[in-house]
Formats: sequence, structure tokens, C-alpha cells
Amino acid sequence: MEESHIEKGECQNKLEVAPALISVHPSQKSVAVTVGSDLRVFDLIENCPITLVDESEGPAHKDSIRAIRHGASGKLFVSAGDDKLVKIWSADSWRCLNTVCSEKRVTAVAISSDDSYVCYADKFGVVWVVELDGINEGKVLPAKKGASLLSHYCSIITRLDFSPDGRYIVSADRDFKIRVTVFPKKPLEGAHEIQSFCLGHTEFLTCIAFVWNPELTQGYLMSGSGDSTVRLWDITCGSLLDTCDVSTMVGDLESSESEPPSQVTVTDICTIPNSSLAAAAIQSFQGIVLLSCDLSAHTLSITKVIKIPGESFIPTSISVSKFLWMVSGASNLPGSNHPGVSRVRVISTETCSVLEDEQIPGGTKLLKHLQGKVRVEESVMSAAAEAVREAMSSLLMKKQYSDEKREFRKRTRNDKKTTL
Amino acid sequence: MESETKATFSKSTGLPRKRFYRARAHSNPLSDSHFPIPTSPAHVDFSLHFPKFVEADGKTSKKVEFADIGCGFGGLLISLATLFPETLMIGMELRDKVTEYVKERILALRRTSSEGQYENISVVRTNSMKYIPNYFEKGQLSKMFFLFPDPHFKEKNYRRRVISNHLLDEYAFVLRAGGIIYTITDVEELGEWMKSCLEKHPMFEPLTQEELDSDPVVELLCSATEEGQKVARNGGQTFRAVFRRIAYAS
Ligand SMILES: C[S@@+](CC[C@H](N)C(=O)[O-])C[C@H]1O[C@@H](n2cnc3c(N)ncnc32)[C@H](O)[C@@H]1O
Repeated sequence: MEESHIEKGECQNKLEVAPALISVHPSQKSVAVTVGSDLRVFDLIENCPITLVDESEGPAHKDSIRAIRHGASGKLFVSAGDDKLVKIWSADSWRCLNTVCSEKRVTAVAISSDDSYVCYADKFGVVWVVELDGINEGKVLPAKKGASLLSHYCSIITRLDFSPDGRYIVSADRDFKIRVTVFPKKPLEGAHEIQSFCLGHTEFLTCIAFVWNPELTQGYLMSGSGDSTVRLWDITCGSLLDTCDVSTMVGDLESSESEPPSQVTVTDICTIPNSSLAAAAIQSFQGIVLLSCDLSAHTLSITKVIKIPGESFIPTSISVSKFLWMVSGASNLPGSNHPGVSRVRVISTETCSVLEDEQIPGGTKLLKHLQGKVRVEESVMSAAAEAVREAMSSLLMKKQYSDEKREFRKRTRNDKKTTL
Repeated sequence: MESETKATFSKSTGLPRKRFYRARAHSNPLSDSHFPIPTSPAHVDFSLHFPKFVEADGKTSKKVEFADIGCGFGGLLISLATLFPETLMIGMELRDKVTEYVKERILALRRTSSEGQYENISVVRTNSMKYIPNYFEKGQLSKMFFLFPDPHFKEKNYRRRVISNHLLDEYAFVLRAGGIIYTITDVEELGEWMKSCLEKHPMFEPLTQEELDSDPVVELLCSATEEGQKVARNGGQTFRAVFRRIAYAS
């Protein structure tokens, strides 16, 4: 971490590209999209844009939002990011009820299933917890500070999630590691009991999601990574049940002139409620891969590939309730007069077809609000996808240095002069 | 090349000479690593480390039970090797030159031992603060050692300390209930720090005086390692904290 900070020193003033994010309310009452510091929410019941009201004493988002999340109950929503702010919103009134100031940039958030706690991870691998006593009744709380819950030693935590039964908090990091920790009765005193580590990925983790049904509330975990795979885990013992390589699939489908990519990054996964299916977004791939998970045979396989026809639409974030919602886009695009761009598309989970703009819930009114305009130029979309790909690999991929370069870096660092 | 390697071993003892393995005083445990990291404990091939313990199926008959974290030049492992001849133990060390030295030292001891000793100790180069879970399964270890760790005095560097509230969670994970964690330092402030981290942690309890007195390992803490011997030579004080991993349910 320290090293990569030093190294980035020279370009610190340049704004970093952040992917556009999407999160849909669990019962599809609303859908939220972020582009940079902008949080846009559309009401799917009233069919109109929602005006956000900040009643907390904290400041508004002023830098890229890196993580958003609806709570499982649908009452709360959290947004957090590079401005070190964690904002907790009522997902009914869309008032901001609390703003937590983090010491470091925030990379991931999670809301406990009973809406009692919000957890967030910072760029130094520490997960913090805040107690929300009373907040779910819509009360505004005085500004809170997080208590440290657990830590991945100097790694970047890319995702956080609670197990469906609320027993565990799961954290995934840049160092190929997933940690499963018992979520304690008194979380403000720290979460010390590690249930398991899920180890098997050979590149950074990007996303995790639980596959579960009412009989099996503890659930199995799926994870996506920069190593081209989605894996299925039993989190109680950390055992790897199955590995599904998605690179070949994507390679086959890409235009025949180009070589299939040797390694692709799974950028997001979400599981489709009341089914054993999950949708995965893959870097450079214009579409979605549907995976099917057999929980008795412990297998994971690709069942369907949904290509998004026409334009270059590579999802940067996906979210599911009745429909599968996808966004593609980025903020702070270099050398562009588009500071941020986003395009929203929707797939029906029943027919697996990509809906036309006019057919989606909310229609063009929704697009106008969430995208900022109804039509987004194609060239901008491909530039955004490329910028997101670059930003992600520079953030999460291990730097490969030649021996000479490494020696040089060692010698020129001032915190340790070699005595060799 | 040949002659060069030979010269690094002492003619009289056949052991590697430390001055050829001198290294930087400190390594930064925060930096990205450039040494191989096992994907998971199942991927660590300990048969290469302990060839005498390999069974017909090509695997070691036992699992590693003791880990010396930041083992330095390996003095503790060498003392423990003969005290617990049937227990497999591993040193973890961040500095490459130092790790190489320990490797050569153990190989030389194996070669020169007439009773087939030192087959149960080995060393790996790794950053223990990041990769302990990649080496050991849940509850695999019965002893962990942290002898004379780097003090990191400045407050902003406290998070580089090898004992901390959060890292103890990982040590508690790889230690079995009843397993023991041994720490010692000559830096009073660090001694206080390690002790208070252990006291505050719900999964550890201190050993009683009787237990300390009857544990043959305790007296090795300040005499077996190179750092300990240096402190003893200079008549320095040492600060020890020895705690047991207790059964626990949150
Ligand atoms: C002061 S020395 C003590 C060595 C030995 N235990 C002794 O008592 O002689 C501390 C050792 O810990 C090693 N070390 C520091 N941080 C480490 C880390 N994160 N992982 C593994 N070794 C580490 C250092 O390279 C150094 O050799």
C-alpha cells in the first residue's frame, strides 16, 4: 500500500476514473445510479425522479462514490467513496439520516440484515462499524464515528457483505483473499473470531454474492476475480466447491478477428432472488453471463450468455430485483468534455431479453434522470469502458517490476537506505 | 560460482558464514511482495522442507505445528529442533538474504548431525503480516513465537507492529485452543504494547507463573536467538508476554 501511494504521488492531483454504479431497491421501489460524486435516484412507484434531502449535519459527496448499497429490508441505503464520507439514507423518504466521516477513502459498504449496523472498509484494509440505533425509524442521528471491526493487513478491501442469516461478515480483498468473520453480538468491541478464509483465487477479488433460498439461509458464496473465474464456496469451512472459468466463453463470443483474451476480470456478480442463478458482468464483454449453481451437487456452470446487441455497452455495475439492472459508465474521463457518463439498460430475468429503452420500468423519463440525457453517444461509452478497465487494473493488479527497477526503487526510497 | 559458494561456508564448522548473508536492517512489511505466495495451505508443499518426514504417498506425515515469526537467523528453531524432535516447525522471515542464510544453516546442520537431527525445522520467506492464512489452516498451530520483533517506535508506524489487536485475530485463527503464543522484546514500550494487546483480546489468557516455570520453552526465549544473545551480552532487560489461545464463541 505504502509503496503504491508513493508511486502514485506524481499523479495524485489528477482525478481518478471511477466506474458508474447501480443499486436497485430489493422490491424495486426505486433505483439508484452514481457517476462520480453524483447520486441519482428514480422512484419506480411514482415514476419520477427523487430529490435527495440531506438532513444530517455532514457535507455532501464531493468526490467519486465507490460503493452503494440497499439494505436487505429495503429501508436503508448507503453511499460512500473517495471523499471519505459514508452517507446513510432512508430508502423511503430519501433523506440522509447520518454522515459518518472516515479517516481514509472508503472502498466497500454493507448493511446488517436487521438494519442495526453499517460496515465500511477503508483503503488500508480496515473494516469499521457504526451502530444505527433508531435510525431505521427515520430518525436523524448525531454524526457518528466508526469503531474498527477487523482488518486485512494493508490490503484494499473490494467488497463487504453479510451472510443472509446475519451470522457472518465477509470481506474480499486485492490479495486474492476472502475472510469470513463471525459478526459478534457486540460489534463495537471488534470481530475477533474468524470462521474461515476462502483461498483459491489467483488474482484480486472484485465481487461477492450469496446464493441462498429460504431453506438454506446460511448460503453459499460466489466470488468473482481478476483471474477470469467465478468460484463457489462453503463459507463455514472455507472450502472451494467449484470454479467456473468465464474467459473462454467470452473469447468465443468476441468478434472472430481478435484473439480471445487470456485473462479477463469478472467485474460484478449478483444472484437472482428465489433461483439458483447469478448474473456476472465481465470486463470487455458486451453482455451478461448467467451462471447456474447446483447447491446439492456443488457445481457452478454457465447456462446462458446474453449479448447486448448494437451499441458498445459493457456493464460496470449490476443489480437485481424483479429485473436485472445494468449501468455502464465512468466519471472523470481523461481528455474528454464529458466529466461523467452513464448508460442504463435492463434485462428481464424471466425472458432473459434485453429491454428496449421504451420498455424498461420508468421508460425514457428514468433514463433522462439516471443518464442525464436520453441518448448517449457510442464513442463516449467505449472510451468510458476502456478508462474503467485501466483504472481498475492500476488500482488492483500487483505491479510487476523487473529486478533492476525493483533495486532502483529500493535505493531511491527514503524510508530505508540499503546497507547491502 | 563454485568457489564462491564454498567460501561462504566456514572451513572449520561447515556452517554458512553470517557475514555473507548480511542484509538491510529492516524490511517494510507494508510493501507489495515479490516472492511466491501459496494460494492456500493446501498448496504449500512441505515435503520439500521436511524430506525425512515424507511418506510413501509423497506427503509429509505430519503438519507444521510451531511457527517462529520473524525468525531472523534461526537460533530458536535450532534449539527447538532437538527439544521437540518429532514436531515440524517453520520459521517465517521477510528478508531474502536472512532466509537464505537460515536455509543453508539448517542444511549444514542436517549434513553434520550424526543423529539425523534438524530434519524437523525449515524456513520460508514471506511477509507474515499478510500471508499467515496462506500457510496454515484453522487450528493447525500449537505454538507461535514472536521474539524480539522490530519495535517501530513512531506512532504512525504502530500498524507495522507484528502484534496488534487485528493481527491477533489471525493468530487466534491458526492457533488451536490451548495453543501458546510467546513474545519477548528488550524494548519496554513494545513489551507493554504486546502484553496489552494480548490482555485485551478475548481469545487469549496469560499463563500462570507455575505454567511459565514448567514450560521448557520459556527459558529459550531470551537465550536461543541471536537477538536475545545480543541483549544478554549487553546486560539488557527483557519483557515477556506468554499467552494461551482459549476456546471461544462470540
Ligand atoms: C529484530 S529481528 C529478531 C529476529 C529473531 N526473532 C531473533 O530473536 O533473533 C526481527 C526479524 O523479523 C523480521 N520481520 C519483520 N517483519 C516481518 C514480517 N512482516 N514477516 C516476516 N518477518 C518479518 C525481520 O526481517 C527480522 O529478521
